Amino acid sequence: MLLFLMRRLMQGLIVMFVISIISFSIQDNLGDPLRELVGQSVSEAEREKLRDEMGLNDPFLTQYTRFMGKALQGDLGQSYFFKEPALDVIFAKMPATLELVFAASLIIILVSIPAGVYCAIRPNSWLTRLILGFSILGISVPVFLTAIFSIYLFSIELGWLPSYGRGELVPVIGGWESGLFTKDGLLHLILPAISLASIMLPLFIRLIRSEMSEVLHTEYVKFAKAKGLKKARIYFLHALKNTMLPVITVGGVQIGTMVAYTILTETVFQWPGMGFLFLEAVNRVDTPLIVAYLIVVGAIFVVVNTLVDLLYGLINPTVRLARSAS
Amino acid sequence: MSELIANAPVDQGSPAVTMRMGRWDRFRNSVFWYSFTRDKVAMVCALVFALFVGAALLAPILAPTNPYDLSTIDIMDSEIPPVWAEEGDERFLLGTDDQGRDLFSTILYGMRISLAIGLFAVLLQAFLGIVLGLTAGYFGGRIDSFLMRVADIQLSFSTMMVAIIVLAVFQASFGSELYSKLAMFMLIMVIGIAEWPQYARTVRASVLAEKKKEYVEAARVMGFGAGRIMFRHILPNALSPILVISTVQIANAIISEAALSFLGLGMPVSQPSLGSLISSGFEYIFSGSWWITVIPGMVLVVLVLVLNLLGDWLRDVLNPKLYKG
Repeated sequence: MLLFLMRRLMQGLIVMFVISIISFSIQDNLGDPLRELVGQSVSEAEREKLRDEMGLNDPFLTQYTRFMGKALQGDLGQSYFFKEPALDVIFAKMPATLELVFAASLIIILVSIPAGVYCAIRPNSWLTRLILGFSILGISVPVFLTAIFSIYLFSIELGWLPSYGRGELVPVIGGWESGLFTKDGLLHLILPAISLASIMLPLFIRLIRSEMSEVLHTEYVKFAKAKGLKKARIYFLHALKNTMLPVITVGGVQIGTMVAYTILTETVFQWPGMGFLFLEAVNRVDTPLIVAYLIVVGAIFVVVNTLVDLLYGLINPTVRLARSAS
Repeated sequence: MSELIANAPVDQGSPAVTMRMGRWDRFRNSVFWYSFTRDKVAMVCALVFALFVGAALLAPILAPTNPYDLSTIDIMDSEIPPVWAEEGDERFLLGTDDQGRDLFSTILYGMRISLAIGLFAVLLQAFLGIVLGLTAGYFGGRIDSFLMRVADIQLSFSTMMVAIIVLAVFQASFGSELYSKLAMFMLIMVIGIAEWPQYARTVRASVLAEKKKEYVEAARVMGFGAGRIMFRHILPNALSPILVISTVQIANAIISEAALSFLGLGMPVSQPSLGSLISSGFEYIFSGSWWITVIPGMVLVVLVLVLNLLGDWLRDVLNPKLYKG
């Protein structure tokens, strides 16, 4: 187990190292920090002197070490647009994105497990066909179209739900202002969360269905049936447990995908989160902010993937044994 | 394809009979064709997809106006609703977009771009994935574990994320003027490179199964080189899973392209794909011009849905033990 843990951590570190190199080369090549600082009015000789002073003429490795040293202390430079530390800007927007991802995950868990299990238990019922039909339709509608269609239907035509922004916020702890505790905030959350969930929902329903129907054909489930255990107990305790193993792995990978799709959802709903911020930063060529976003999102990916792998190793003893034996 | 033909149910006659049948007859006797003619959904989907491809190929002939020709566009014609609406104009079947372009023509041309990007991106994916997957599966050992580790890591970062970041950085460093000229090439490259692990894993899985069979041993004993065995002997037997994922991959590539164009990182408004058309109409949806967004949106959904259904059907027919996930 320890070996497995160490290996996963090593892999995570290597990935973070690659991300840092990529981010640094972006920082190095995109835009000119000097122009952002002094504008056009300074002569060429003075520019060259400033360049030397700021260390912009140093070799790549020296500059990279300096960048990493600062990055490890949490300093990723000032955002050109906000005139604030880039990391602070990102962290200020993070709760909005996390709330959106949280709400969407909740919808996915609450809908996909019952739906998937139902489809596996009754493969021939009309409801199963309906659910599977909807799921293939769901896969085929891109997330931004779900968002646009739902805005068109629920905000413009019916006027039931707000179409943009986060609504009323209340401060919780520290700098975290949440929309989860006001009615207005929750109303604003409904459409974005459903749109974001819609992209993952079909995948999970189909995955849970296929895993569950495989499990239902195994000997131990047949034995449990023969023993006369209650059906609900067999399905939800014995079978579901083994169904969830692959679902957790896929789920971990999909959290990363979900972060990517927040960019789309946030753009359509003008949700003031990290993804929206990132696109704005791209349009303004706000390099420090782009780099900070890359590093923060990269870190989220690596941490989540490592955690999921470790969790998987903890629940599934065969993985643990197989990996340490190899 | 040899597997498909080998599975043919009627094809039980003596070798002489089989020899006399042409390729077309053998195809018509195959399981593949048999199940196709008995599956209404698959037939409808194939028909719709053929219609889409035909319309995209013949766009310059079918389209009443050329949306790229600025001289035929009149800004006074902008935002005219489709014919069936009250203020519709019979010159414009599906209405016009915000710049006064005929929406029907623009959708035809846009579909052409979306399909082209989808196809070429998947060709690139398939090329990279097949070469790397064959290499990993055939040689095994360190090459295999290295390539698969890289594939794992690349898959853990979603395609969308990688594509958004790469394109955003390129756009910021090129400037949007130059970028819009290179957009199509960039989209194909990014979507093509980001998804190779899908193919590589599938190909590797079939290579591992094929490698142990006797015909591979025989080829090796006859002294054929690794390259020849990989591409001429193993690859033809690993084609059916490749065929299955290709349909779904094209659908995914089209969705990715649309999403990237929607974010403004893809095709420019002057040469819109379905995604950029949807994006340009989105601003006008609040003022009531729903058709600029909704009609191309529906076209996109039907195109992708048809491909996904065909992919599902292929998976059921060929039923290879696919890599899950």
